[in-house]
Amino acid sequence: MKLSMLQQSYLNRRTNSFRSAGGPLDSSSDGAIKSPAAIFWLVLHGLCCLISLVLGFRFSRLVFFFLFSTSTSSNMYASPFRSSVELVKTLDVHSVLPTNPGKSFELPVVNKTATNSRVVVGRHGIRIRPWPHPNPGEVMKAHQIIERVQREQRVQFGVKDARTVIVVTPTYVRTFQTLHLTGVMHSLMLVPYDLVWIVVEAGGVSNETAALIRKSGLRTIHVGFNQRIPNSWEERHKLESKMRLHALRVVRERKLDGIVMFADDSNMHSMELFDEIQNVKWFGAVSVGILVHSDNSDESDQKQGEEENQRMPIQGPACNSSNMLAGWHTFNSLPYLGRSAVYIDDKGTVLPRKLEWSGFVLNSRLLWKDAEDKPNWVKDLDLLDEDSDSPLSLLKDASVVEPLGSCGRQVMLWWLRVEARADSKFPPGWIIDPPLDITVPSKRTPWPDAPPELPSNEKVVINLPEPTVKHTTTKTRSRKRSSRKRKHEAKTTDTQVSTRHQEQN
Amino acid sequence: MRVWRWVFVGVLVAAFVLRIGAFKLGRSHHTERISGSAGDVLEDDPVGRLKVFVYELPSKYNKKILQKDPRCLTHMFAAEIFMHRFLLSSPVRTLNPEEADWFYTPVYTTCDLTPNGLPLPFKSPRMMRSAIQLISSNWPYWNRTEGADHFFVVPHDFGACFHYQEEKAIERKILPLLQRATLVQTFGQRNHVCLKEGSITIPPYAPPQKMHTHLIPEKTPRSIFVYFRGLFYDVGNDPEGGYYARGARAAVWENFKDNPLFDISTEHPTTYYEDMQRAVFCLCPLGWAPWSPRLVEAVIFGCIPVIIADEIVLPFADAIPWEEIGVFVDEKDVPNLDTILTSIPPEVILRKQRLLANPSMKQAMLFPQPAQPGDAFHQVLNGLARKLPHDNTVYLKPGEKILNWTAGPVGDLKPW
Repeated sequence: MKLSMLQQSYLNRRTNSFRSAGGPLDSSSDGAIKSPAAIFWLVLHGLCCLISLVLGFRFSRLVFFFLFSTSTSSNMYASPFRSSVELVKTLDVHSVLPTNPGKSFELPVVNKTATNSRVVVGRHGIRIRPWPHPNPGEVMKAHQIIERVQREQRVQFGVKDARTVIVVTPTYVRTFQTLHLTGVMHSLMLVPYDLVWIVVEAGGVSNETAALIRKSGLRTIHVGFNQRIPNSWEERHKLESKMRLHALRVVRERKLDGIVMFADDSNMHSMELFDEIQNVKWFGAVSVGILVHSDNSDESDQKQGEEENQRMPIQGPACNSSNMLAGWHTFNSLPYLGRSAVYIDDKGTVLPRKLEWSGFVLNSRLLWKDAEDKPNWVKDLDLLDEDSDSPLSLLKDASVVEPLGSCGRQVMLWWLRVEARADSKFPPGWIIDPPLDITVPSKRTPWPDAPPELPSNEKVVINLPEPTVKHTTTKTRSRKRSSRKRKHEAKTTDTQVSTRHQEQN
Repeated sequence: MRVWRWVFVGVLVAAFVLRIGAFKLGRSHHTERISGSAGDVLEDDPVGRLKVFVYELPSKYNKKILQKDPRCLTHMFAAEIFMHRFLLSSPVRTLNPEEADWFYTPVYTTCDLTPNGLPLPFKSPRMMRSAIQLISSNWPYWNRTEGADHFFVVPHDFGACFHYQEEKAIERKILPLLQRATLVQTFGQRNHVCLKEGSITIPPYAPPQKMHTHLIPEKTPRSIFVYFRGLFYDVGNDPEGGYYARGARAAVWENFKDNPLFDISTEHPTTYYEDMQRAVFCLCPLGWAPWSPRLVEAVIFGCIPVIIADEIVLPFADAIPWEEIGVFVDEKDVPNLDTILTSIPPEVILRKQRLLANPSMKQAMLFPQPAQPGDAFHQVLNGLARKLPHDNTVYLKPGEKILNWTAGPVGDLKPW
């Protein structure tokens, strides 16, 4: 019964769609007389329905398209029509048939033989090329095009007469130095302006730092500073201030011309920052987002300070309604009293100073001994007190500071201090070279993937004469990489390399 | 004598300096003048070049229809309504029909909307016929020329064929009564029944205020290579694909869905306009009809339009050299779209961007309220002005009749 209904609808459809119904069709329109052609079409239709059931789309349309399209066969595309290519080929046999009854049929597909357009209404194949995936050569060409377009945009809309950016970074060798410094280095490598990177290293110039910054390809000035970083954050901040002043003295000696900005090695900078600081005339201030990671072990305090935890604290210039500098947003350290970290490897939150150095930029001519148009509100660098907390101490009058980043509303850099803690566990496979003086056998067996001839160096050490943790040979580098991959399935052992003791020296 | 020599040297130096100045100006100038086949006509002022008489039709043809459904003011066919409003208060309008060059009939044929907002064209032929009967019986100007100096705005899918399905539209052909009139329509495809010779193609209506509120700073770097948001398969009407967009949109999806250079999807993001301003190329493939508002959006936002529609006629084609501004890709070349786009030399791309940055180009695509110089209204009038003066075949001899008032499907002859 279903089949007869299908027949009826099939016949109806045919008479509707073919305007000039020819002879053979009229006879089958009442459905009673069954000529061999009609039976054949019925059987074919039933077959198509079964195939459609299997494949999931209306197959009969495809059949009609292929059978009854007329001489403008340029529209019959040999494109693979999803999965039905092989089925289409089997039906080619039947294309011979419509030559007889085909004359009386007229598919509404082609109806513009009067005009010689190559566009045809009706169903078209969906063209898919044999390997529809990206071609790496073309991807590279597209990136070059994008690069060229962006360069043109910079020329047209970007900063005119860009000045050199002089970046001052205090650093020292420690566990996370590579992590932090690589981040800053990559940011600086992306800056589209001329750059001079002054790296001041506590404890003197070291080979690790030199090797690291050499990879950047930037023009670097690597300066050593004779003191070592002390153990407490308070002292460390003071020492870093002194290191930055030392860098400013280098700027003065070499008469570097440009804009001085302070990029601490653990901070994060956005590229818009470097565009924005080009707008500074003499002394500018930007907003710094402070990322203080809260210590989750303290539940009650978290509930209390939950509203404050939502918003990120920001340090920077505050403007009044006429966009003039009215004051400063500083960090509110009251909620963290008593919970803040004192020593560098403590678990507590590390707090910033009232106003961080990294939020200020200055024109390097302010530091020169003899610049023609140096304003008179700047103090001479040599007469500066060594204990200055922020570059504001260079100014006699803090109201000349220019607020940048739409008056401090845009945050373009983020301050963060993260150092290895006393209870940090390090990925296995770190090798200490040269080997440490005192070694203690570990309680558990070495890693299963490590070769058995692993030297028994990565053990707990109590007192160390030399604080070198991060020497890596090529062999260990690969092992470190493979072991980092398997970090999640690594068993924790009792081996803990403690860096605290190294830094004490 | 010596004085003259020094004057000569001074003039030479001045010329040299001025030349350098001109050089520098040329290089930093980031737009370029646009001149199409009709010349540098984008900024022409039509006032004084033509006169238009607006027929006063009863409000059932225009105001009452709009009152019934105010959505007609914001959809992409709103040009017919705004054209009427513009002409009513334009200096081009004349109240004396004897001195008019062109006659305008304000009948809103596209304002019969479904609940979803799509226009139904079924009553439009009758509406148009009824309007023409009215003007031919109340004024002598229609019979004088049988409509050859009249123009009508028919912004529907296939223009004056008054149907949304292409097969049916081709079947109906252009309304017989409009055989001699000038049609102002969005549809344009060469060698198509529904595009009359001498028609003026206009862009679809896109809301200017909405687009201008989504502008982002020009220095934002363009980081998307190809951008497109829209349907690839019309699941409701053509689930397997092949009919919709002649299979071109489906081909784009199947070939480039995993290509990182192509940011294409069917989502409706709220940052659509902002994303277009961050893209280098914007795809403008055909849908059920070859035109789409994407072209207007691409031009406004400075994104080079990649037009995938065979034989399409773009808006104001005689005033705007689209070949130099957009990239035309044949539908059969869609599988090689990435090769085509990446092999365009960067200088050509930069030049296209400079042409797109020309403010007169952007202005020509918009229908701002109130009208501004150089906008699409003025381009339509310029196009009409370029067709002047009318030649002799426009005016019929007395007693001569060309139009067949009873031609067309029987349903169209019923009064509206």
